[in-house]
Amino acid sequence: MKILNFKVEEGPEPSTLRKVLAPILAILMALLAAAVLIVMAGASPWVAYLSLFSGAFGSVQSLAETLVKATPLLLVALGMIVAFRGRVWNIGGEGQLIAGAIAATWAGLNFGYLPKGMLFLVVLAVSFLAGALWGAIAGALKARLTVNEVIVTIMMNYIAIYGLNYLVRGPLRDPSIAGGFPMSPLIASSAKWPRLIAGTRLHVGVIVALLAAGVIYVFLFRTPWGYRIRAVGANPVAARYGGINVLSSIVLAMFLSGGLAGLAGAGEICGLHYRLLDGISTGYGYTGIVVALLGKLNPFGAILAAIFFGAMVVGMEAMQRAIGTPSALVLAIQGLVVLFMLVGDVLVRYRVRRA
Amino acid sequence: MSWETVLNQAVLVSLLAGTLRLSTPIVFAAIGEILTERAGILNLGVEGIMLMGAFAGFWGAFHTGNLWVGTLLGMAVGALMAFLMAFFSVTLRVDQVISGMGIYFLGLGLSSFLYRITFGIRISPPTVEGFQDLPIPLLNRIPVLGPILFQHNALVYLAILLVPLSVLVLYRTTFGLQVRAAGENPRAADTLGVNVNLIRYLCVVLGGVLVGLGGVVLSVAHLRMFWENMTVGRGFIAIAIVYFGKWHPYRTFAGALLFGGAYALQVWLQAMNAPVPHQLLLMFPYLLTVAVLAVVAREAKGPTALGVPFRRGEY
Repeated sequence: MKILNFKVEEGPEPSTLRKVLAPILAILMALLAAAVLIVMAGASPWVAYLSLFSGAFGSVQSLAETLVKATPLLLVALGMIVAFRGRVWNIGGEGQLIAGAIAATWAGLNFGYLPKGMLFLVVLAVSFLAGALWGAIAGALKARLTVNEVIVTIMMNYIAIYGLNYLVRGPLRDPSIAGGFPMSPLIASSAKWPRLIAGTRLHVGVIVALLAAGVIYVFLFRTPWGYRIRAVGANPVAARYGGINVLSSIVLAMFLSGGLAGLAGAGEICGLHYRLLDGISTGYGYTGIVVALLGKLNPFGAILAAIFFGAMVVGMEAMQRAIGTPSALVLAIQGLVVLFMLVGDVLVRYRVRRA
Repeated sequence: MSWETVLNQAVLVSLLAGTLRLSTPIVFAAIGEILTERAGILNLGVEGIMLMGAFAGFWGAFHTGNLWVGTLLGMAVGALMAFLMAFFSVTLRVDQVISGMGIYFLGLGLSSFLYRITFGIRISPPTVEGFQDLPIPLLNRIPVLGPILFQHNALVYLAILLVPLSVLVLYRTTFGLQVRAAGENPRAADTLGVNVNLIRYLCVVLGGVLVGLGGVVLSVAHLRMFWENMTVGRGFIAIAIVYFGKWHPYRTFAGALLFGGAYALQVWLQAMNAPVPHQLLLMFPYLLTVAVLAVVAREAKGPTALGVPFRRGEY
């Protein structure tokens, strides 16, 4: 392609520096575009972003909140990384997280007599399994019947949301709460996860999420199962010729992916709210997808991306309180980040030269 | 509740009329998606485009007091969002699943953000008049069929007319042939002098106009207000219906009616205080979508080049 007297052509494999620059460029471009929206809302972007930054990092309290929000985002994103690496498009983090939260609540209500450490493991196990099975349904449908997993996982989200709405109003409702707010009873005190910093909501879930990042890295890049998932993602036909069972690889990817989102649900219940609520997930399942993409589908990149979006969510709430700019802006920024990431991916592959 | 109440003629007539009315937004979105996918572009951003159309249509109708101005605005904004999708998938040739997700998130966030800053937070949400029913003279007096088919608002008739029209365009015009060629075998189409990328741009944008219109039906004709994520998955359901309809408008229309029926039944059961919790009734369309996909997926083969970016001179 020629523009004036410059040639735009595809260059060689981009350097690591260029690859690292792409996400940072995407964030900057998204924030620039969002500044236009902030002006439309009648505020100064400068003031808005300052209040966002101080709201997210300004004190121990706000920093802890940022990490609290980053915890489920990281767990969901790790799940997305496993699925996307295998070119399985799991958009169902929201439903899988809810399935995990429901399972964690059930365990927390029924197994309070177990010793703390044991109960902790039981909660992790059942919530992982619940999310994993919720995800594996879409995986099995894709593998067995070639059903498009994007649509199925989205449908499963809505089914989970309505199921949750039903449970907190019906079988799991706490009758003792006045005013008729739909929520479950409190889980057993032995099921509550310890807090890391007194006076904040930061709970051990953040450690669970960081450990999971290491485990997923090892799984993907150091084990045969991870290799198979990546091989199927890179080239399913070649993988089949190489003797890899493509179908079971797809189901495994969805199983693990859903399980990790389920763990995020456990954290929301046992680390934060201690009971099942109507809006237990505020879009973590979707934001987790953006976190995974921004982290370049790398578990350690996802840690940084999760902190960024955790800060965004907390900072936007502070911004809304301070200057009244609607926090729905976070959602728009997510879309912008995804799109600018794609632009960045194209840009790093091309170079501009004098013709 | 007994079968007699269900099979009562008046109830059945109102259920069938409701089926047609409630399938309208999905008909527009699904026909728009057929046009898009037939040209070889998989637009998973339908949900976001629909939401933007719903917001823009509502905003226009509210501020001008003219429903048609709102409708046109919703269609224009749908076109704009789709143009963005086309730019990413045709010009930048990126992965269409990821760009579709981006468009979805952007539409979801932008529509609720813009609603907030233009309408603020009010005690009672703003509403618009909504389209009046236009009974078709004489025809509406046919017993049974009249009230089912000929007592709707203008957009319902428009949706019904759009189905044969889209068949005509796709199968009986040169343009339609070029569209199908661009989706089936872009290389061959290119060899014969068809501008594949231009055709794809046109189809994605035209599809966006229809998807936006589907959103307008939801906010301006049905609910007469707007709220965050008001489409609750209808955009994705429309994509599933395109699979069900095997990319053909008539079959797709049948699929849309099936869903319109599911919604109508759900509304009616709720009104009748059916002995099923209403959250479980609300699940029904989503369960139906999964079931329908599981049944038809094996034989649903889309356009050969669906989702594959086209680059001239590459073999």
